[in-house]
Amino acid sequence: MTEAVRIEGLHKRFDDLEVLRGIDLTVDEHQVVCLIGASGSGKSTLLRCINLLETPDAGTISVHGRTVTDPGADQNRLRREVGIVFQSFNLFPHMTVRRNVTLAPTKVLGLPGDEAEARADGLLERFGLADKASEYPDRLSGGQQQRAAIVRALAMEPSIMLLDEITSSLDPELVAEVLDVLRGLARSGMTMIVATHEMGFAKDVANRVCFLDDGLILEEGRPEDIFLSPREERTRRFLDRIIAAGRM
Amino acid sequence: MSQPTDPSEPGFPPADRRSRLLGGFSLRDEGAKGVAIATLSTLLVLGLLAFAATRSAYWPDFKDSFLNRQVFAESFPDILRAFKRNIFYFVTAEPVILAFALLLAVFRSLRGPAFFPLRLMATIYVDLFRGIPTVLVVYALGFGMPALQIPGLPVEGWFWGWVGLILSYSAYVAEVYRAGIESVHPSQTAAARALGLGRWGTLRYVVIPQAVRRVVPPLMNDFISLQKDTALIAFVSGFIPEAFLTAQIASAATFNFTPLLGAALCFVVVTIPMTRFTDWMLERQRRQRQVGAVA
Repeated sequence: MTEAVRIEGLHKRFDDLEVLRGIDLTVDEHQVVCLIGASGSGKSTLLRCINLLETPDAGTISVHGRTVTDPGADQNRLRREVGIVFQSFNLFPHMTVRRNVTLAPTKVLGLPGDEAEARADGLLERFGLADKASEYPDRLSGGQQQRAAIVRALAMEPSIMLLDEITSSLDPELVAEVLDVLRGLARSGMTMIVATHEMGFAKDVANRVCFLDDGLILEEGRPEDIFLSPREERTRRFLDRIIAAGRM
Repeated sequence: MSQPTDPSEPGFPPADRRSRLLGGFSLRDEGAKGVAIATLSTLLVLGLLAFAATRSAYWPDFKDSFLNRQVFAESFPDILRAFKRNIFYFVTAEPVILAFALLLAVFRSLRGPAFFPLRLMATIYVDLFRGIPTVLVVYALGFGMPALQIPGLPVEGWFWGWVGLILSYSAYVAEVYRAGIESVHPSQTAAARALGLGRWGTLRYVVIPQAVRRVVPPLMNDFISLQKDTALIAFVSGFIPEAFLTAQIASAATFNFTPLLGAALCFVVVTIPMTRFTDWMLERQRRQRQVGAVA
């Protein structure tokens, strides 16, 4: 299998707080890797480092064999290949859903307007948002907004998707529709790195689960191994808390 | 506590909504009695003031030199004609200010060491021109620039006074823009950058459109102020008549202050509708924010 992402010795600190303390992670193409761990364990920062929304302090990140942490690396090319979806959707509130989706394809890829719109409408149709194309984001439910944000990222035809706790700010009854979208993406062979608290989803879809604790990947493996027989005490305690909270 | 269901009760919701539409004023809320008392006491105070003024021994003199009907009738048509010049100053200066100030604000909000010189220049500019009274800028340019006689540059005082207004107001408007730019949440920038948009594309398509929408009402306040300050050009315009200068000349010719009242009237007729419009926009924005918070 070909490597999609290789991370070696990644460090990131914010002022006094060392958030990532030496992360090593390799993700093969068409794999789904789930990052689990408590809030503040570094999942989001790790994802934001991969497409350089945060600049790593040390370590290297390669995407499709190109080292993107080199000073001369083309950030914008990297971001065309690696899409990200955020916990808080971050749709552009002053644009219709369709315009949210076509903005980057027209301005970054230089696609003609009608071509970008055809692509957007096709994707919106596929994700059940065809009738929302002309609406503004504040007219959509949380689940619809998050699906629109996924469509917006997909419109750039990325080869890798980073998903940063994308169901965490949704009402419980809206989580399923977004997770279904992710299942579909996984089936279509999209390489995905998913920070999530949805253990059921991780169990179903992930090829590999990484448990992050205090800026390190403490344990990683197949989901059935991590969930059923974790080696580390801290992993076990984390999973116990998740079970106690009824999230698994 | 139960919701009142009788429409005549003070807390009935529709009345509440109506009161907000009327700017917090409604007969039902305040009660007709309250309104009557307010109206009466206002009239009483104004009446007493008018009574005191008209009883003054100098009232006839005052009336003759400030409220002279004949002088008003003779001077007002000229002042009104000259006021077109003020409108011209305002209408031409405003777009230049909007564009120049936006440039300043963008320079000031650029991050990173590469942009330090631009950021520094814009900061010094804004500090300087916000610190100097507008009238001094108008004076300095209006007399200074024509005196320099630089080949190729206009030598008309009014032109340089107009430039002075632009330079001064751009500093204020730049700060309004900057507040708008900073009010756009960083997650919007992150989303735009993550889609591959560059620094400039992010500003142009994502940050600035949201920022400008938010600052339209405060910008309107600056417009109103600018409309009034076009009178400052009178100090440096020589014999190019605008409303204030025309009124001054008429006033000097008749030994009467009534023409100045005429000039004031011109300004008020333009600025009061602008003020009301600004209030209306602010109120609308406030209501939209409330709706947004509920949803």
